[in-house]
This record gives sequence, structure tokens and C-alpha cells, in this order.
Amino acid sequence: MQSKQGDTTIIKPSSNKGFFYELKNNWPLFVMLIPGLVVLIINNYIPMFGIIIAFKRYRFHGDFITSVIKSEWVGFKNFEMFFKGPYAFNITRNTILYNLAFILLGLVIPVAFAIMLNEMTNKRTAKVYQSVMFLPYFLSWIVVSYLAFSFFSIENGFLNRSLLDAFGIEPVKWYFEPKYWPFIITFFQLWKYTGYNTVVYLAAISGFDPEYYEAAEIDGASKWQQIRYITIPLLRTLMIILTLLAIGRIFNADFGLFYHVPRNSGQLFTVTDVIDTYVYRALRNSNNISIAAAAGTYQAIVGCVTVFTANFIVRKIDSDKALF
Amino acid sequence: MNATAEAKKTGFLKRLVSRRVGNKVSPAGNILINLVFIICSIVCIAPIILITIISFTDEKELLANGYSFFPEKFSVKAYDYVITAGDTIWRAYGVSILVTLLGTFLSLMVICFYAYPLSRSSFKYKNFFSFIAYFTMIFGGGLVPWYMVYTQLIPLKNTIWIMIVPYLMNAWYMIIMRTFFKTTVHESIIESAKIDGAGEFRTFFVIVLPLCKAGLATIGLFCTLGYWNDWWLPLVFITEHRLYNIQYLMYQTLNSIQYLASGSASFSESAKVLADLPSESARMAIAVISIGPIIFAYPFFQKYFVKGLTIGAVKG
Repeated sequence: MQSKQGDTTIIKPSSNKGFFYELKNNWPLFVMLIPGLVVLIINNYIPMFGIIIAFKRYRFHGDFITSVIKSEWVGFKNFEMFFKGPYAFNITRNTILYNLAFILLGLVIPVAFAIMLNEMTNKRTAKVYQSVMFLPYFLSWIVVSYLAFSFFSIENGFLNRSLLDAFGIEPVKWYFEPKYWPFIITFFQLWKYTGYNTVVYLAAISGFDPEYYEAAEIDGASKWQQIRYITIPLLRTLMIILTLLAIGRIFNADFGLFYHVPRNSGQLFTVTDVIDTYVYRALRNSNNISIAAAAGTYQAIVGCVTVFTANFIVRKIDSDKALF
Repeated sequence: MNATAEAKKTGFLKRLVSRRVGNKVSPAGNILINLVFIICSIVCIAPIILITIISFTDEKELLANGYSFFPEKFSVKAYDYVITAGDTIWRAYGVSILVTLLGTFLSLMVICFYAYPLSRSSFKYKNFFSFIAYFTMIFGGGLVPWYMVYTQLIPLKNTIWIMIVPYLMNAWYMIIMRTFFKTTVHESIIESAKIDGAGEFRTFFVIVLPLCKAGLATIGLFCTLGYWNDWWLPLVFITEHRLYNIQYLMYQTLNSIQYLASGSASFSESAKVLADLPSESARMAIAVISIGPIIFAYPFFQKYFVKGLTIGAVKG
């Protein structure tokens, strides 16, 4: 609050002159913006206009711009074909259900872990646990797919050859049996991100004023009561905000998790196919480019609505934490 | 007799109470917490240990008994093969290193250049340009138009640049960097540099950047990790074998181990390489080699990631 007041008093009188005055006086600052702007335009803004591909029957005519202009308008036909096709429902359901599970588990477990780490008597061991659990975050999904393969490989995997064998259970064809995969997928998502999320919450907890806890201790509050009535209420805003931001991205799946960990196995698509993997496969199958574009546009627009809604609510709770 | 029992009981109760009220968890609770974290730590680290052990296991043993934590016969043949015969692997490793170094450097430049003007409270259009960056976090055109841009409008497909350019600008990192600039460099420092006759660029390079070394390290490590671990751009855009990076090579190798031999010049030669290839263990050896640098730099990564996360959480 104080700094904001400070800012308003500093503001220069020149600030109500026009754009060109500003450009002339502060040209180095504008020059600095150019590389970033160029990348944003190429990488983000031109593709945004490319959304019209979803409303056309895209045919290549020499170069991109003419192709987009010359391709025939088909209105919502691509969307119709996508939604009437066999995949639309399945991939939407998978994307949303997995994300809901990730959001719920990604809230409860890391908060519990952060509180537990914070309460541990030996701070050095706590640090070791934190470091070990943070490590998976730094590995790529390809490496994770190797790790999964070392356990689930049908011929040589640890589970089939060592664990199940020891109990006399028949080997399982892991990469062909959909019923196991909702759990495997959820497990690896948690495996990779729990440590990261724990660190986020732990960073917040370690910033809390120790006086709260000292006062509670003098008043005779037990550790449970301190967690219940001090830590969790103080964490509440961060918990709500991170959850809402995750809900905002509920239409975006983690491509690597759903593509690499099940090794793109066709038999598993009923439970592992999500919007992102569907769009990628449709793009690879070049007859489907316009339908892939339609599916991508559907994701972008619904995703945009959810982000805006989530952000609107975040702003109501704590305007500093809002994305925009 | 009765009195001592009574005294014992009250003493026990007192201890119990003091233990609960004292600002520490009870020893039993502490043990329970430790148990939970020991199990979680094992779950986190066991798969990594397993692939490391597989990479050091004798190939025949792997085929006979499968992947195991306790193999009977160890061997370094996989690493021997990877080091002496694996042209394909070293090439991919080189591509990864080149892309990571070049990408991180350019990306840092682009991000810092964009973040600095936005951190200046006197810069009138900071909100407008912030929004231009923010908006890309909310809305995108999707995969198809993006793919078209890089294949048809700006043909970077099958060049080293396609693995660099798309990640050069990152709105989230830019925001963190802007916060770093804002909190570490006070406007008055910049003002005084200006009065001393330094231009904006000079101020930026000589005064602002050296003050923000921690910020540069944080964002630099974010970028390094992003480039090193990237498989997405090669998956979409790279079809030429000589441009495969280590992650994408691993992806291809998991699908078919034959891939490793495909770098050899002639067919007969590649058949020969394939024949004495310790395929199962070599595959895991590549995975171990690709994780190597991350484990090596892990203390730095962890330190600066936590710093970045904390700053990202407070957001300027």
C-alpha cells in the first residue's frame, strides 16, 4: 500500500504526452522490447489468427498466408465432424477427470507434506526429504517413461519378472490393459509434482510470523490446534488461488504424461487419450488437419473461458494474486 | 504405595501435557512423520536407482532374469558401448548441449530486455506491453496454426533454431524477472546514473544486470532445464536424424533399440553394431547419462528454484 502511494507521487509530469513523444524520449526502452515482441508475434499472435484454419478446409497453396486466405470456408463443419466423431467425448472426459484428480490430490498431499516438514524436529532431515522429493520435478517425461518402462515392461519389467513372480502371480500385459492406467497416470503425475508443490507451500509457511505460534503456545494451544487454527487459515488464500488457477487450466493436459508414459499405446486410448494427444495425432495424420485445428480451437476457447472465470474469482479473493 | 502411584500418574500426565503444549510435535508424531517421508523418498528415488542398476547389469543376466534391483552379475559394457561406439548418442548429446547453451543465453537476453522496461515505473506503456505478454498465457491458437507458422511461414523445420526460438520468450519468467528488477534496483539508482550521463543501455548492462545476478541465475536455470529436458519441439519439428537431441533420441530408442545402430555408415556395419549391442542396458545407460548433468547441478537448481518460486508467489 505504502509503495503504491510512493509510486503515484514519483510519476513524472511528462506522462500525459503522446506515444510519439514517449518513443522519441525513451527509444532505448522500446528497442529493448523488440526481440521479445518479435518472438511473441511469431510464436503466439500469428498462430492466434491461424484459428481461422479451423473454419476452413485447409489446403496448402505455396505459402502459409495465401493458403489460409485461399482455403475454402466451411463454417462450423470441422467442429461438427469433431464433435460427432468417436473421440470428442472421450478425450474431454479424460482431460477433465484426470485434471480434477490432479487438482484435488495436488492440493491435499502437498499441504499435508509441507505442514509435516515444517513441524519436523530435525530440520536437517526435513531438508533431505525435501530435496529427494523435489528431484523428480527436474526429470523430463521421457526419462519418466523410461522409469515407468523399467517397472512395467512386459518382458523384463521389475513388476512382472521380480515382484509378481515372487508372489506367483501371472505376468500382466501392462501396456495393453486400460484398467490399471488411471492409477498409473495419477501416480506419475503425483510422483513428478508433489515435491514441487510441497516446496511452494513450505516457502509460504516458512514466511509466517513466528509470533503467532509463540502466542498460541503461551495460551496452551497444542500442535494440532496450532496447525488447525493458525497454519491452515494462513495458507488458505494460497491454497484457493493455486487451486483456482489449476481449475482455469482444466482443459489443458500435460502432453508428456499422457503420450510418453503409456508409450502412446493404442489399446490404452480409452483411458489415456486427452485433448492434447488427440490434436497431436490428428495433426500427424494430414487428412485431419482441419479437424485437429477445430479440436485445438475448442480447447483454446473453452480453456480461455475457464481461465477468465478462475481469474475473476481470484481477483475477488486477493487482487494481488490475480493473473491479470 | 497409593501416594507414589498417584505421584507417578500426575508426573506422567504433566509430562504428557508439557509434551503436547511444548512447541514441538510429540516424539511419536515425529517418528510417524519420518516414516511417511522415508517411504515417499524411497518411492521418489527407487525408479532412478533401478534404471541405474539396469544400466550396470550384464546383458545376458537382464535377458534371463529381467530388470532387478539385485542383479547377480554387473557389467560396464553398456557404458563401454555408449562411449566408444555410440556416435549417434554423442551427436545427440552435442545437439542438446548446443541448444541448451545458445537457447539459455538468447532467452535470458530476450526476457531481460523485455522485463526491464516493464519494471521501470516511469515507463508509460508498461501496462500495455505487460498485457501483450500476459495474454499469451491465457489464450493461444493451438497446435495446428503454431505448427503451420514454423513449417510454412518461417520454415525453421529441421534446423537447430526450431529447438530454440519457440522458447525464447516466456511470460511467466518475464514476470519473475521484472519483479527481480523492481525489488533489487531502486528507481533512484537509475535516475542518478542518468544524471551522470549514462544512456539506458549502459545503465542496463553496467548497473542493473550486475545487481540482479541472483535473478539472472534463477531464470537462467529455469531456461537451462527447459531446453535440456525438451523433447516436444523435436517431436513436432525434427525428422532429420543428425538433429535429434538427447531426449528425442531416448524417445526413439525406447520405441526401437535398432535406432542406436542407425547412425552407422553402411547397412552391414549397422547390422554388426546391432548384433553385439548390449541393447537393454545401453538404453538405460543413455537415460542415466541424460540425467547426469541435472543431478550434478542439482544443488544449484534447488537453491535457485526455491528462490524463483518464492518470488513467483509474491508476484510484483
